[in-house]
Amino acid sequence: MKREKKLIFEISKPGRKSYSLPKLDWIQKDVSDLIPEKLLREKPPELPEVCEIDLVRHYTELSKRNHGVDSGFYPLGSCTMKYNPKVNENISRFKGFTKIHPYQWEETVQGALQLMYEMNDYLCEISGMDYITLQPAAGSHGELTGLMVIKAYLNHIGEGHRYKVLVPDSAHGTNPASAAMCGFEVKEIKSNARGCVDIDELKAQADENTAALMLTNPNTLGLFEEDILEISEIVHQAGGLLYYDGANANAIMGITRPGDMGFDVVHFNLHKTFSTPHGGGGPGAGPVGVKEKLEPFLPVPRIEKHSEKDFYYLDYNKPLSIGRVRVFYGNFGVITKAYAYIRAVGPEGLKKVSEYAVLNANYLMSQLKKYYFLPYDRCCKHEFVVSGKKQAKHGVRALDIAKRLIDYGYHPPTIYFPLIVQEALMIEPTETESLETLDEFINAMKQIAEEAEKTPEKVKNAPYTTVVGRLDEVTAARKPKTRWTRV
Amino acid sequence: MDFTPHTEEDLRKMKMAIGIEKIDELFSDIPEEVKFKGKLNLPEGVSEQELVNLLKQLSQKNTTTEDYINFLGAGAYEHFIPSVIDHVISRSEFYTSYTPYQPEISQGMLQAIFEYQTMICELTGMEVSNASLYDGASALAEAVEMACNFTGNKKILVSRTIHPEYLQVVKTYTQFRDIEIIEVPWVKGNTDLEALIKNLDDKTAAYVIQYPNFFGIVEDLDTLQTRVEKNNALFIVVADPISLALLKPPGDFGADIVVGEGQSLGNPLQFGGPYLGFMAAKKKLIRKMPGRIVGETKDVNNVRGYVLTLQTREQHIRRERATSNICSNEALCALAAAVYLTYMGKKGLRAVAEQCLLKANYLYENICKLEHYHKVFDGPFFKEFVVKTDHDVEYLNKELQKHRIFGGLNLERFYPELKNHLLVCVTETKTKQELDYFLARLEGIV
Repeated sequence: MKREKKLIFEISKPGRKSYSLPKLDWIQKDVSDLIPEKLLREKPPELPEVCEIDLVRHYTELSKRNHGVDSGFYPLGSCTMKYNPKVNENISRFKGFTKIHPYQWEETVQGALQLMYEMNDYLCEISGMDYITLQPAAGSHGELTGLMVIKAYLNHIGEGHRYKVLVPDSAHGTNPASAAMCGFEVKEIKSNARGCVDIDELKAQADENTAALMLTNPNTLGLFEEDILEISEIVHQAGGLLYYDGANANAIMGITRPGDMGFDVVHFNLHKTFSTPHGGGGPGAGPVGVKEKLEPFLPVPRIEKHSEKDFYYLDYNKPLSIGRVRVFYGNFGVITKAYAYIRAVGPEGLKKVSEYAVLNANYLMSQLKKYYFLPYDRCCKHEFVVSGKKQAKHGVRALDIAKRLIDYGYHPPTIYFPLIVQEALMIEPTETESLETLDEFINAMKQIAEEAEKTPEKVKNAPYTTVVGRLDEVTAARKPKTRWTRV
Repeated sequence: MDFTPHTEEDLRKMKMAIGIEKIDELFSDIPEEVKFKGKLNLPEGVSEQELVNLLKQLSQKNTTTEDYINFLGAGAYEHFIPSVIDHVISRSEFYTSYTPYQPEISQGMLQAIFEYQTMICELTGMEVSNASLYDGASALAEAVEMACNFTGNKKILVSRTIHPEYLQVVKTYTQFRDIEIIEVPWVKGNTDLEALIKNLDDKTAAYVIQYPNFFGIVEDLDTLQTRVEKNNALFIVVADPISLALLKPPGDFGADIVVGEGQSLGNPLQFGGPYLGFMAAKKKLIRKMPGRIVGETKDVNNVRGYVLTLQTREQHIRRERATSNICSNEALCALAAAVYLTYMGKKGLRAVAEQCLLKANYLYENICKLEHYHKVFDGPFFKEFVVKTDHDVEYLNKELQKHRIFGGLNLERFYPELKNHLLVCVTETKTKQELDYFLARLEGIV
């Protein structure tokens, strides 16, 4: 494969085309009869002019320059890069799901509404919550929605002065960012020596101004917050609410439920836990579940069922609702895939998913700790974090280890996160990877550890096998060039 | 179905390596009180064959735009989708990848997004674009926050001719932020320019116009630009990307931020999502933009490549001080949009836009000749228009349904003052036969 790939604009040649359109000889009018000249475009947009074969080869080559779960192991921590079942792709493309307009009359979209209604039920059961909204388009969108629901509820009960949202130092960056976007002030809670929320610090911070604690459980170190009941009590005693970041829900299905742990609000990432593909950065879906007292504040419309008439409908009559967080009803196409996944594997299957995800992570951890420093040496859940501290002594950083892994055919783990671990490598194998895959990965990690010791330069200059080497990100940010221009 | 690989032998080996006898032991740190006992109350798992049948049946309970002739638009548009798009986005190297954090093995997606950003800039007449947001409405809400952030002001003027659901989303996003939303009224379907100018002062963060607006009318941004005096407020335009092949781009009218819904660029209706919000802006605003941005750079061997850039704006670095909380965007939908724009190209997109315009006008003129349907608004329109009817709109749509037609949107739903008003959408997908059939059925309603 050539290293440098031409842009589609550089392939373009005036006069080439892919498109074809029906003839329009039955209308005699012209554009200029209908739109005043001052509102008409003078110069056409610089879009490519290519034949269909050029287009297909261009994008096929681009796809070859990309690594997906189907290309190989993808242990990207906190992202749950599990296998994306092909049947779900087919199902979501049924014309009964793709060719329906969101404003069609309810009686013509009963199948879609039923699917969403049942999805609400399933997610309630899995999370132990009472009500769900499917509207949010991604996890962080769910966080924002959930926090706005909390804010609206607090205002409603006369507790609107509560301005603080507590966030552990191990939390995803989206947690503090969402809290700030909702107008809250963020207070960071330190982790203790075991990698969990420091109870004393929480006690000190949780007070009459606390709106909520946002918690990921298992947390981003892959550790279960064992003190969850005490945490819940402290936050609730202080009059705050407990928010569950469901990014790591792949560890707990059928094993424990946020609702039973005392959480008041939860979001799921359907593109993590429920196998829908990540699409190179979306579309995802971030449904939000709440306990009963928060139900009136969920976004509108809600999907309801008229039991006697066996009729599904959209309910906009929720005067306390925070309002809409997007147009229409949610990322329906993504929801369809997640629904199919739940139906395919069933309740026992979901539990098995979580059990094997945790088994795989513990197996990997038990082997990798021989070569890498393990800062929290205890049973993990679906992911764990090792540190490149030992290798750093030889000048090899977590980034170098990650880049070297690429040469071995792997997508690297998440690096430098969570922030509380030096040289962090956050590894999440997921349940769909076989023992052989894990062993090969362990072997690669072992070899890299050896290289770091004996031939550190080799690791520091990796990768060698990719279409481009390490890229100059500093210049990219200093002098941003974010579009092509004709020279 | 079961997507896990372990054999009994594998399980035995792994448990031994970890030093446990039962998998349960891995969950011993979960307090007994919160352990879930029993089995989740969900339908039993099924085989692939059963699953396909089950979902097929559910999908068949929906009536599709293939079964009926569809005249609904209002923010979700039925444009023709060329076959190549699904083939490209079905390349699993694209759709099974994550956000391109590791550029060396993500050059495909990064380059595709770089090309997408270029196309969005070209269409909107702007200098920079991000890699997409959730949808048009949330893109507008982000633009509003960006404007407050940039200007330090907290007052936003929003024309009531923008999509009413977009306005609702803006209100949701800003309700706890002490941001004041002032709704600018309309006259004859166009933003009331006098009211806009009257409300625009040095405390204004931004003013928002949709182009073409929710009623389909191409707002006169030319007059607006000459009438509005120099001020510090940002000018935000919500635009229909297909119309921009024909219409003067918002950038030419001095827009600071252009956002909109990209669904019409090769993405199916899909009951409202996933879609993609696009956002383009002037260069001076790039460091305030939300979401991913792809930039060009060189590798160690001086080979051209692409990376996610200006990441210090983003939540994973800046946390509570980030420009937005957005993480996942709608990359695959943006890829579909880029493939669509490549397929259509410079001339094809204009041809699509022209067909929308001419066919919509054909229908409008002929509807207005019918006895019970009346012109109410002024100004040129693109692919949607409003007519007033002597019939009750709900009744009218029910009658049309009998003839396998999804009629227009009942505008009373969003505008109580527009009783008996219908918003009708015509894209290039409609044939003369379909339009004439629709006219005949409208005429036949008594």
